[in-house]
Amino acid sequence: MLTLVRRDIMAKKNIIPFGPQHPVLPEPIHFDLVTEDETVVDAIPVIGYVHRGLEKLVEKKDFNEYTYVAERICGICGFMHGFGYCQTVEEVMAVDVPERAVYLRTIWAELSRINSHLLWLGVAADAMGFESLFMHSFRLRESVLDIIEATAGGRMVFGCVKIGGVRRDIEGSVLRGIVVKLHELEPQIREITKVFLEDYSTRHRMEGVGVISKEDAYYMGMVGPMIRASGIPSDIRQIGYAAYKHVQFEPVIAQTGDCYGRCVVRVGEIFESINIVRQLVEKTPEGPIEVKVKGTPNGEFFGRIEQPRGEVIYYVKGNGTKFLERFRVRVPTFANLPGMIRALKGSQIADVPVIILSIDPCISCTER
Amino acid sequence: MIEEQEMVGIEKRDLVEKVASLRSSGYRLVQICSTTMADRYEMNYSFDKDLKFKNLRFTVLPGEAVPSIGLIYGNAFLYENEIHDLFGITIEHMTTDFHGTLYKTRIPAPFAVQGPEFPVPVPPVPGPQEGGAGTDADAGAEGHHG
Repeated sequence: MLTLVRRDIMAKKNIIPFGPQHPVLPEPIHFDLVTEDETVVDAIPVIGYVHRGLEKLVEKKDFNEYTYVAERICGICGFMHGFGYCQTVEEVMAVDVPERAVYLRTIWAELSRINSHLLWLGVAADAMGFESLFMHSFRLRESVLDIIEATAGGRMVFGCVKIGGVRRDIEGSVLRGIVVKLHELEPQIREITKVFLEDYSTRHRMEGVGVISKEDAYYMGMVGPMIRASGIPSDIRQIGYAAYKHVQFEPVIAQTGDCYGRCVVRVGEIFESINIVRQLVEKTPEGPIEVKVKGTPNGEFFGRIEQPRGEVIYYVKGNGTKFLERFRVRVPTFANLPGMIRALKGSQIADVPVIILSIDPCISCTER
Repeated sequence: MIEEQEMVGIEKRDLVEKVASLRSSGYRLVQICSTTMADRYEMNYSFDKDLKFKNLRFTVLPGEAVPSIGLIYGNAFLYENEIHDLFGITIEHMTTDFHGTLYKTRIPAPFAVQGPEFPVPVPPVPGPQEGGAGTDADAGAEGHHG
């Protein structure tokens, strides 16, 4: 009898609002967490607090000028957005981008990935209450930002990519300097990532938390480190866009499908990116960095690139005028939201911040 | 060409059957989007399997409903709500229906075929003509806020 009464009490559901303002959320997103005691049984996401309508803006911006807008979709992977947009427009217009420009774009893209993953490590450490680890992650990230600033001129918004190539060249000596700098950084990064992967307290917060099965990750359309942490080696770089066809790399995967697995994947990808940059620098050819683009886009293409957070899809449809008919961006966070809801179900309320952070949510991208 | 992409034109009535067939063939849903055309909308459902991109496409007229594929792909509801909120297209039987609250746009359905209905601008209220204790700048500011 007593058991029945207890069960009745436990079955009572509560809705706990999470966000849009929360210490672990740098940007506004809201969840209605349906809980039974301390267990989350359902989660309903609410986005759209800062929707900017950038896809609509394409109707009023010259397709060349829109590169600046595309680069401002996101603060962390802004270069990747500009790169993806330009690459897709170039595909529609059949522009043959010079090889050197293609290599430089790919180097900047991989530097963006290292920057983004170090940022995530810091934010994740902060969410777990590991303040000193957060500081160290950001200290190392600063060195990557220094490289970016020295080569692009900007730390967040590079302003380097354009339709037909890139705006800035990187001298051979500077390219070799990047490799030297990354070589110096590598052991330091390894030292802090060892804490993420081996320390008792970080493992305790991440292991077995927010598990997503291989099947769910695949059929819920998850992308990037989220799907790879569930054992699926899905990485759009494998289609060989840009200079990726010229380098050797393997998608970093984990098998656990939990927050720890996602951490393992991101840590592994930092070193994989350093390895890719080394190969790219070695192979970067001499030559022009841009080609003059004539005409206007007429046609369509679904461009795909692999951002730090996963696969992005750019749909560009031109009608022969200087204004595109349609530009659509499907960002990784948007693709990962349904899977994240699945990960939240059955979790403990105290684990929710870590699970949400484990998808590395970028609301700026989502609210494009 | 970065990659080969398969574009398949279908009829709206075949959507659910085709999508179910792709799911049983091991494709994952990577995105759904809509494009505003002169008098109708073009719907694109994109899938991927082993890095092969496949896209199903059909058009719908304004006011015409589209069936949901949410029971086949659990992640479809987010794309379907997005299309409903931005284009005003009705998606029938969505697994999770936000009833138009996914995006909080000031203008409802900004991508609609008939064009967004912009709010009528409110004429500025003129500030005090002259005199008084305030400066010209103060007067302008008052007028703006008034």
